[in-house]
Amino acid sequence: MNELTPPSFNPPSGAQVRAVHDAFHGDLLEVSMGPHHPSTHGVFRMMVTLDGETIVKLKPVFGYLHRNHEKLGENTTYLSSMPYTDRLDYLNSMTNNWAYALAVEKLAGQSVPERAEYLRVILAELTRLLNHTCLAGFLLQDCGASGTPLMYAFREREKILDLFEALSGSRMMCNYQRFGGCRVDPSPEWLTAAQSLTDGYGRFLDEYESLITQNEILMARTQGVGVLSPALAVSAGVTGPMLRATGVNYDLRKVDAYGFYPRFPFRVPLGDHGDTYDRYMIRILEMRESITILQQAFRTLPSGPIIDPKAKLRGFRPKPGEAYGRIEGPKGEIGFYLISDGSPNPYRYRVRPPSLVNLTILEDLCLGQTLADAVIILGSIDIVLGEVDR
Amino acid sequence: MNAAPPAADAFLERLPLIARDMLTVWFPEPARWLLNSLLAIAAIIISFATLFSLLTLAERKILGRVQNRPGPNRTGLPFLPFTAGRIFGLGQPFADGIKMLTKEDIVPRAADQFLHFLAPVALLALSILTFAVIPFGRHLVPVELDAGVLYFFAAGAATELAIFMAGWASRNKFALLAAMRALAQLISYELPLLLSIVPVIMLAQSLSPTAIVTAQGTLPHWYVCTPWGFAAFVIFFIAALAESNRSPFDLPEAESELIAGHLTEYSGFKYAIFFMAEYFGMCALSGMGVTLFLGGWQAPFSFLEFIPSYVWFGAKLLTLLLLFIWIRATFPRLRMDQLTRLAWKFLVPLALINLLTAAFWHHSHNWSTPLQLVRWAIAIFLVVSPFLWLGRALTQTFRPRTYRYA
Repeated sequence: MNELTPPSFNPPSGAQVRAVHDAFHGDLLEVSMGPHHPSTHGVFRMMVTLDGETIVKLKPVFGYLHRNHEKLGENTTYLSSMPYTDRLDYLNSMTNNWAYALAVEKLAGQSVPERAEYLRVILAELTRLLNHTCLAGFLLQDCGASGTPLMYAFREREKILDLFEALSGSRMMCNYQRFGGCRVDPSPEWLTAAQSLTDGYGRFLDEYESLITQNEILMARTQGVGVLSPALAVSAGVTGPMLRATGVNYDLRKVDAYGFYPRFPFRVPLGDHGDTYDRYMIRILEMRESITILQQAFRTLPSGPIIDPKAKLRGFRPKPGEAYGRIEGPKGEIGFYLISDGSPNPYRYRVRPPSLVNLTILEDLCLGQTLADAVIILGSIDIVLGEVDR
Repeated sequence: MNAAPPAADAFLERLPLIARDMLTVWFPEPARWLLNSLLAIAAIIISFATLFSLLTLAERKILGRVQNRPGPNRTGLPFLPFTAGRIFGLGQPFADGIKMLTKEDIVPRAADQFLHFLAPVALLALSILTFAVIPFGRHLVPVELDAGVLYFFAAGAATELAIFMAGWASRNKFALLAAMRALAQLISYELPLLLSIVPVIMLAQSLSPTAIVTAQGTLPHWYVCTPWGFAAFVIFFIAALAESNRSPFDLPEAESELIAGHLTEYSGFKYAIFFMAEYFGMCALSGMGVTLFLGGWQAPFSFLEFIPSYVWFGAKLLTLLLLFIWIRATFPRLRMDQLTRLAWKFLVPLALINLLTAAFWHHSHNWSTPLQLVRWAIAIFLVVSPFLWLGRALTQTFRPRTYRYA
């Protein structure tokens, strides 16, 4: 760095940013990307300050989709919050349901029958497949591919949504989990269909990867872009595939060993660079692990009741206390914190949304990158605005 | 063309001329040249406007097929019998046209009203100008210019000015960024585009498109069938993708970044005109590519000469256009710095080395028959080795990765 270079500052991610407000470089350009911008994944807004096309400042603005979710949860009974959790991360209603059910079960000290635990694992892993498939499609769309990868991804997503619809009656707003078990028992035909989908999913991944993973343009666009350091990721509370892409081995399925996950051996893929390409690849590799979990679960699925016979749905009043239930959602740690005062409604209802926490480091990832990179970095963080804004 | 081959006199070959003469014979001699020009202009505009409308449909259908979906198939031509009104969605271009015409034309209050209006008009006019020198057939050369190739690229380069005008006049930040990108792209890619055609001009020893077509004969003599010609054609095609703002070089209108780029503040028929002009530019560059490298209107084999030359031209043109569409369906978009790096560090050096290859090819054309193999080997080496060398430098920042498991 010579004397002519204006003073620079190093954001935590290590990106070098030039101070540019001098006579030679002229003024900076402030651009408001969003809330109605085609690639902000909903109503999200980035106030971007640009030097040419290089980002020197980025201010995320959210809250456009705020629906008062947590206050609503405090004013309704425990069970009537369950369908609302579908609307948090509307791609992954099954895992939202599970995390909420887990929190309430901890609060009320309920147990879950074996078959229901298996079904929860199966549905959570199907959800993970669905979410990561969508992400792979969206990310490529943000990279500027004319819809082809997205359509390939959505073809597979449709199959999973059809399964969800056949099971729960709804494609996206599944409302499937209950405190102490699940709502309906899948038919043998459903299980066969789900099993054949799982067996065929590896072929889709092979096809998708052979088409795009080693594409030179994709590698050039994503490798070294939006590098997240493990230290920043840990201190910011980043979880999920985004954290594992930085090389931190933290998967709640292994750490908490909730549900029946200890029964299914699977591996946790880790990245070494923490850039956008790693975040993409970790998700692809996680899908392959999900397939093995699903295959084991289908093989060993026991019969039995799907809900604890002692579970009370009406007049449900857990004794006073507090509980935090969390699971490894497709986007990261999704948790629900509940305080009960013995009444039918929770006294305090708080969601720990992975999208929001992962989004907080957006500026650190984007500084020094170009406007085009910001779009794919945002895409690789994998946010759903329903969950960010709640 | 002294001693015209008999194919030149065939009835089908002369059909456009006969049709023209039947129309103009009723007018006095002094007015005929003017009428002839007007008829040529009308024929070009009508045929390419039709091609444009069908091409938009073809693009959407092909993109749809690539993406496991049918594409537009609802809008038909209800007056056609036996088709139940929806034959391949053939009515889609007309429905689009009607929609575009009836939409409100919104001009931002802060925009430069005059330039905002002028930009699409200038773009369309300039892109139509480029059609003037392309030999569409043996007898179908709208304007015989001795420096036709030079004229073509001059007119083609001016179209970027209109894009910049649109971006600037819209008084929109996204449009302004798009205008900057368009200019950078123009400056970067005009150079490889021009350098890639220099060997053709060197070997044909003419700037006239007609003479370049005549210099190539049947398939083995097309310039694309020589090592330097193939390299030049590939460089030309990549630069043409960038010049016509097509994916993966569609940065000025990058939808996921700049909303619609320079088109953000355009609606209604002005938007349609931009769209049309971009397709015209694509057609013109493809037509020039056909003329320079693919033998123009010449049939690939002499026994196929009974098919009129304009049909051959059209077939080759469509092939290149489908290649454009195929590429669009396949690739993600490059970033601005990668785009310019590709031009300056890869395409321009390759095109310069290609000049040497072409010179070697020209001076070794009278080598004896056994030495011809050596000649081919040397020429292929001259093309492939810089490609590999420069390509490795270009791709050394990224590579496939392996991942570890916890």
